[in-house]
Amino acid sequence: MKEILVEEIVSAVEKLCIGANYDLGSDIMTGFQKALKEERSPIGIEVLERLIENAEIAHAERVPMCQDTGMAVLFVEIGQDLHVVGGGLTEAINEGVRRGYDLGYLRKSVVKDPFERVNTGDNTPAVIHYDIVPGDSLHLVVAPKGFGSENMGGLKMCKPSEGLEGAMQFVVDTVERAGGNPCPPIIVGVGVGGTMEKATFLAKKSLLRKVGNHNQEERLAKIEEELLDRVNRLGIGPQGFGGVTTALAVNVEVYPTHIAGMPVAVNIGCHATRHIEITLQGRVI
Amino acid sequence: MSEAIRIETPLTQEKVKGLKAGDNVLISGVIYTGRDAAHKIMIEAIEHDVDLPFSMKDQIIYFVGPTPAKEDQVIGSAGPTTSGRMDAYSPKLIAEGLTGMIGKGLRSPEVIEAMKKHGAIYFGAIGGAGALIAKRIVSAEVIAYPELGPEAVRRLVVKDFPVIVIIDHEGNNLYDIGKAQYKRA
Repeated sequence: MKEILVEEIVSAVEKLCIGANYDLGSDIMTGFQKALKEERSPIGIEVLERLIENAEIAHAERVPMCQDTGMAVLFVEIGQDLHVVGGGLTEAINEGVRRGYDLGYLRKSVVKDPFERVNTGDNTPAVIHYDIVPGDSLHLVVAPKGFGSENMGGLKMCKPSEGLEGAMQFVVDTVERAGGNPCPPIIVGVGVGGTMEKATFLAKKSLLRKVGNHNQEERLAKIEEELLDRVNRLGIGPQGFGGVTTALAVNVEVYPTHIAGMPVAVNIGCHATRHIEITLQGRVI
Repeated sequence: MSEAIRIETPLTQEKVKGLKAGDNVLISGVIYTGRDAAHKIMIEAIEHDVDLPFSMKDQIIYFVGPTPAKEDQVIGSAGPTTSGRMDAYSPKLIAEGLTGMIGKGLRSPEVIEAMKKHGAIYFGAIGGAGALIAKRIVSAEVIAYPELGPEAVRRLVVKDFPVIVIIDHEGNNLYDIGKAQYKRA
């Protein structure tokens, strides 16, 4: 059995919120460079160049790359042999978000009630997904999610008879309907199977995968490649101004499901699909 | 990309008619900010005959909710937000004389009709490039609805603010034109 103090968690979350918003992942920067070589639209090329410049300014000057610094989404894996001491884990995470969004000059975009719409003023609460795993460490992923892209996602409870082609067509249709809204080039997260909430969770979680890494199952990796080709044939291009770079990656995750159904969820990540992670080790009691 | 066309605000009808979809434009002068909540209040003001925070005639509105500025900054990160959420409100502001909107993403047929009828342009700024765009903003001042925080109406002075004409006053739409050009079977 090990233990970890909540102060350590607060401090880690604070730093991750800031880091995620200032520093774009090197995998996405590499994706931009690769897209620059393939893009044919002059406006598309100009857009890609400006996106690279924007990420460089954000990193060098320690400012948010995008004004939508997102709702803080966290994926937390807690080892079953780890004991959190000094307070509640959820409150510690929210305190870290509160401090990070304040100290990092990040925009507070969360409203307390979806109907009344009064800003909470500190970007809390975060959306937190917990997973209990073997071991005695705490793995934290902070993935701030902007809503320009979040609003463009979709869920379809497909019939089993629609099969793979039905699922793929829904993905392509969702990207086409989104057009320039989610700030292409996008990362497309796809979750298939489980129940409706499991599929949407998988779609969101798949956005954490590094650009260029395919699903380890070859059959699914092929589906990802075909989907990427199909969405890039839509012509939407960088920012929707036309071009061959609509998406940098399509990530597919699947889960067993019920004989009667095939939930298909699409979660779109913008060109600034931000996520950063840390593993905290507990101390021996 | 085409050579940039420089324009100064106010955006008069003469200037509106000189720009077409796909044009690369650098805007200098005063522009105003406003997004979801501010638009809702402005429409209520028009309906109740209350003064707007600024006269819409020949003005440009930028759909943005910036991050807080650090001590040495004019404004924080300041890229465009999705314009479609303003579709319910934009036709009324265009009827009041608004001639320019800056945002990102698709617009409704009602907005495009109002633009054609009254003469207005929809410009696109690069979504997500908030750090880069902030460098072209010379000054920023909250002039209305401070309680809305990032959604407050601000008066910005900009210098060579980079945009692309997405929809012109004739309704030509870069989203349709560009997509058709690069769509493959």
